[in-house]
Amino acid sequence: MLILSSLLLFILLAAARDEFQEELVIRPLHSGDIYASFQFRTLWDTDFLQEGQKVSHYRLFPKSLGQVLSKFSVRELHISFTQGFWRTMQWGQPFIPSPPGAELWVWFHDTVSDVDGNWKELTNVLSGIFCASLNFIDLTNTVQPSASFKPLGLGNATDHRFLRYATLPREIVCTENLTPWKKLLPCGSKAGLAVLMKSEKLFHSSFHSQAVHIRPICQDEQCSSKAWELRQTLNVVFDLHTSGQGKKEWSLFKMFSRTLTEACPLASSSKVYVDITDNPELFELSPATPLLGQAVVLGDRRTYSVYDLIMPTSSMVLSPCALGDMLRPLLHAERYVAGFGLQTGEIHTVIYNNHPYRAFPVLLMDSVPWYLQLYIHTLTVTSKSRDNKPSYIHYQPAKDRHRPHLLEMLIQLPPHSMTEVTVQFERALLKWTEYTPDPNHGFYVGSSVVSALVPSMVAMRTNFTQDQPLFSSFVPVKEESSYFVRVYTEPLLVNLPTPDFSMPYNVICLTCTVVAVGYGSFYNLLTRTFQVDEPSPPLSKRLANLIRRMRGVPLLT
Amino acid sequence: MAAPLTLLLIVAVTIRAVLFRSSWAELISERVEVVSPLNAWKRVVEGLALLDLGVSPYSGDVFHETPFMIYLFHFVVDYAEIVFMVSPGLVFCLSRFLTSLYLFRKQKYALESDRYPADCLELLRSPKEMFYIPLKVAMFYLLNPFTILSCVAKSTCGLNNAIIALFILCTLKGSALLSGILLALATYQSIYPLTLFAPALLFFLQRLYIPVNLRRSSFWFFTLQYAFIYVGSLVVITGLSFFLLGSWDFIPSVYGFIFSVPDLTPNIGLFWYFFAEMFEHFRLFFICVFQINVFFYTIPLSIKLKEHPVFLIFMQIAIISIFKSYPTVGDVALYMAFLPAWSHLYRFLRNIFLVSCVLLACSALFPVLWHLWIYAGSANSNFYYAITLLFNFGQILLVSDYFYAYLRREHHLTHGLYLKKKDGTEATLVLK
Repeated sequence: MLILSSLLLFILLAAARDEFQEELVIRPLHSGDIYASFQFRTLWDTDFLQEGQKVSHYRLFPKSLGQVLSKFSVRELHISFTQGFWRTMQWGQPFIPSPPGAELWVWFHDTVSDVDGNWKELTNVLSGIFCASLNFIDLTNTVQPSASFKPLGLGNATDHRFLRYATLPREIVCTENLTPWKKLLPCGSKAGLAVLMKSEKLFHSSFHSQAVHIRPICQDEQCSSKAWELRQTLNVVFDLHTSGQGKKEWSLFKMFSRTLTEACPLASSSKVYVDITDNPELFELSPATPLLGQAVVLGDRRTYSVYDLIMPTSSMVLSPCALGDMLRPLLHAERYVAGFGLQTGEIHTVIYNNHPYRAFPVLLMDSVPWYLQLYIHTLTVTSKSRDNKPSYIHYQPAKDRHRPHLLEMLIQLPPHSMTEVTVQFERALLKWTEYTPDPNHGFYVGSSVVSALVPSMVAMRTNFTQDQPLFSSFVPVKEESSYFVRVYTEPLLVNLPTPDFSMPYNVICLTCTVVAVGYGSFYNLLTRTFQVDEPSPPLSKRLANLIRRMRGVPLLT
Repeated sequence: MAAPLTLLLIVAVTIRAVLFRSSWAELISERVEVVSPLNAWKRVVEGLALLDLGVSPYSGDVFHETPFMIYLFHFVVDYAEIVFMVSPGLVFCLSRFLTSLYLFRKQKYALESDRYPADCLELLRSPKEMFYIPLKVAMFYLLNPFTILSCVAKSTCGLNNAIIALFILCTLKGSALLSGILLALATYQSIYPLTLFAPALLFFLQRLYIPVNLRRSSFWFFTLQYAFIYVGSLVVITGLSFFLLGSWDFIPSVYGFIFSVPDLTPNIGLFWYFFAEMFEHFRLFFICVFQINVFFYTIPLSIKLKEHPVFLIFMQIAIISIFKSYPTVGDVALYMAFLPAWSHLYRFLRNIFLVSCVLLACSALFPVLWHLWIYAGSANSNFYYAITLLFNFGQILLVSDYFYAYLRREHHLTHGLYLKKKDGTEATLVLK
C-alpha cells in the first residue's frame, strides 16, 4: 500500500510540473479557544498569460480558476469569505488576516485595456464559481488603493490603475460557499486534511474564514523560473467552552467530528503542526512525536510538534493542561461611529501601538460608501492627545452613485500609544429604490485596513527554502527586523434617514397639487381681467324670460 | 432719516455679532432650512481643504459653488464673518433707491399727467408715507429672522442676494452696462436669475421711452444691446472660471447639479421628497417639468406687467425662491424685503392674516418636526414633508395675493375707486 502510493507519486511528479502540499496548524489560544488553520498549496509551472497558447491540460490546478486567470489577464487574485470578526487582543495575530464578509482584490496584467470591464465580468464569474453574491460588487463599492495593497507575488508594478479592491461586509458565509471551495482541491474532501472539513462543525465556531490566493512566485532563490501558486486557506477558531466542552482537552474528533485517515495521494507533503510553544512541559500530546520544528512567524519564534501524514499514524488526541502568557500583539485597531441622530456622525478609528519603545508608520486605508459624505477638513489625527499630522494623504472624494470615498494615510505611531483618527460625515437621503429591503437594519461600511511593517523582536528569515512550512511563507519577508502585518477593523453599521416607502403616489399627488395651486392662481390673474359683477337673475326669472322670448313678449330685467 | 437708519444698522450688526460668537452659530449652520448643499459654509471650507490637498474640489460631490467663490474665499476665509455682514448692507442700500428714485418719481409723473380719476386720490401715496419706506424695507430685510439665520450660518445665499440687490440697484439707477454685468454674475452664481433679464429689459425700455413693440427697430436695437452686454459678461465670467482651475469640471458640478437634483437632502422646497419617492422611469420627465415651471412664468408675467417692471422683478424673485431646486430661508427673505414697498396694497389683500399665520406656524414647526424625525425617531419624513408643503403653499398664496392686490389697484386707478353697477348700487369686482 505504501509502496504503491509512493510509486504513484513518483510517476506523477516526473510527468507533470505541478505539486500540491497541504498542512494544518493547530494553535491553542489563551482564551481557551483553538485556532485551526488549513493551507493547501498548488504550485504550477505554466504561463496562463501567454498569448496564443491556451493551457488545456489541467491536473492539480483547478480548471475553473485557470480559465478565469487567462480570460481576464489576472496577475494576482485574493478572495476571502469570512464569518465573524478576528479578535486580535484575545487571539493574537492570524496567519492570514481577513475582514468580515467577502473581500476581493485583484491585480490585472498591464496589457489589459478595459480594467473596469474585466473587473465586472470577473466578479460575476467568481460569483458563480463560489456560489456567493459577488455580483453586488460594482463601481459604487470598488476602490483603487494607491499604497495599501501592493502585489504579494512577483511583479514590480506600481501603477494602481490595474488594482481593484472591493469588500462586501454584509456577505454571509455558509455551507454553500464551502462546498465549491472544497471542490477546487485536487483530492476534494475525500482524502487528506480536507476530510476534516465538515460544515456542521466548521460553522459552529467563533470565526470562520476561507480564502483563495493566486499569485506568481519564484521557484527558487535566484528566481530563474516562475510558477503560479494557488493557496486555499481555511482559518477556524473553535470556542470549546461554549460548544459544551468544559475541560481544556481537545482532540481532532471533538473539533471536527472526523478523524484523519490518510494523506491525499496527490500531495507531495501533508503535515499537521501543533503549536506547543506555550509551556511545552505542561502539554501532553498523544500520540507523541519526536519531530519538533521551529518557525519564526509574525515576529515570534514558535515551536511546533510536526505530524507527517505521509508516514502512517493513528488518530490523534491532544490535551494541554494549562496555558501561559500570550505575546501581546503589537498592532491593533478598532473602529466605531460616534454621534447621535440621523443627520451627522463621526467615524473614529483607534490604532494601538503596543511596542514598548519603537515607533513605526502604518498605512490606514478607509473606503467609505458615497452616501456617507465625508468632510476631510474635519479629519483629525491625535496621538497621546497631541496632533499627529500624517505624512502622506491620498484622498479621492466620492461621486454620488458612482464611486466611494478612498482615504489612505501614512501615520507614524509613537511607541506604546493610542492614535485616534476622526472624521465627520453627513448621512444622505437616498431614493426610495436604493434602500435594501430591510432599510432600518442599516448600511454597512467596510472594514478599514491597517497595513504596517511591525518591528520584530526576533530576527525573521529572509532566505527562501523549500521546506519552510506554508503558514510562515505566505507573505514575502524582505528584511530581518520587521514583518508585515495587516489588521482589519470592525465593519460599521450606520443608519440612514428613510423616506416613507408606502407614499410614492401620495407624494407625487400632493406636491403636484401645490404646484398646481401656484399655477392656477397665476393663470387666473394673468388671463382674466377685473369686471363689475352683474349678478345673474334667479332661476325663476330666467325661466320666465325664456318663455317670454318664445312668446315674443318683452323680457323682465 | 439718517438717524433711524444708522440705529437700525447698529442693531442689525449687534444681533449678528452676538449670534456669531455664541454657541448657536454652530447649531444654525447645520440647519437644513438655512443651508442647502449649494450654499453651505461647511462645503465651502471642504472645497478649500480639497484644493489644499491637491484634489480638485469638483472631483467629488461635496462642493457645488462656482470658482468665483473659491477665488473670493481663498483670500477672505478668515474674515468670512465680516463678508457676510456686509452683504445685507448692500441690500439695504437698495431699499433707499427703490423708493426714492423710482416709486416716488413714477407717482409724480402719473399725477402730473393727470391720468387718474378724481376719486382715486386716496389710493395714491403721499410723500409722507413714502418717506418711511426705505426704513421699512431695510428693517424688513435686516431684522428678518430668516436673514439673520442665513447670515449667522454663513450661507453664501447672502452673497447671492447681495449681487441680485446690486443688480436691481443698477437697473433702477439706469446703468445698463453695470446692470447687465451684475445680472450675468447673478446668473453665473445660480442659474435662475436668468429670468430677471426680462424685467430689467422692460425697465430700461420704459425709462428710455422705447415702446415695447415687436415691429419697431428701436426696440430690437436696445434689446440686442442689452442682450449682448449680458451674454458677453456671462461668457467672460465663465471663461475666467475655466482659467482658475484649468478645467470645465465646474459646469456639471454646479449647473448640472442645480438642474438634475441628484442630492436629496431635505430642505424647505418641493423637490427633495418628490424625487426621493419618484419612480425611476419618470424621473427625467418630472425634473424637466419642475425646472420649466420656474422659467415658464416669465413671458406671461412680462406681457401682463410690462408697464410695471419693478413689480415684475418682485414677482420673478418670489417665483424663483419658491420653485427653485434648493431653496433656503435666505431666498425667502429677499423677496419679503420688498413687501413694504407695496404697503399701499394692504387694503386689497384678501388672505394676509391666513398667510402670515401659516408662515409663522410653519417656521416654528420646521425645527420641531426635524428633531422628531432625525433625532427622536418618533416621527417620520412625512411630517417634515407636510410642513414643507404648507410653507410653500403659504408663500404661493402670499405672492398671488399681492399680485391680485396690485392688479386690482391698477384697475381702480384707471376705472375709479367706487364702482357702481348698472342700476347704481355698489358693485363687486370679480375676475372674469
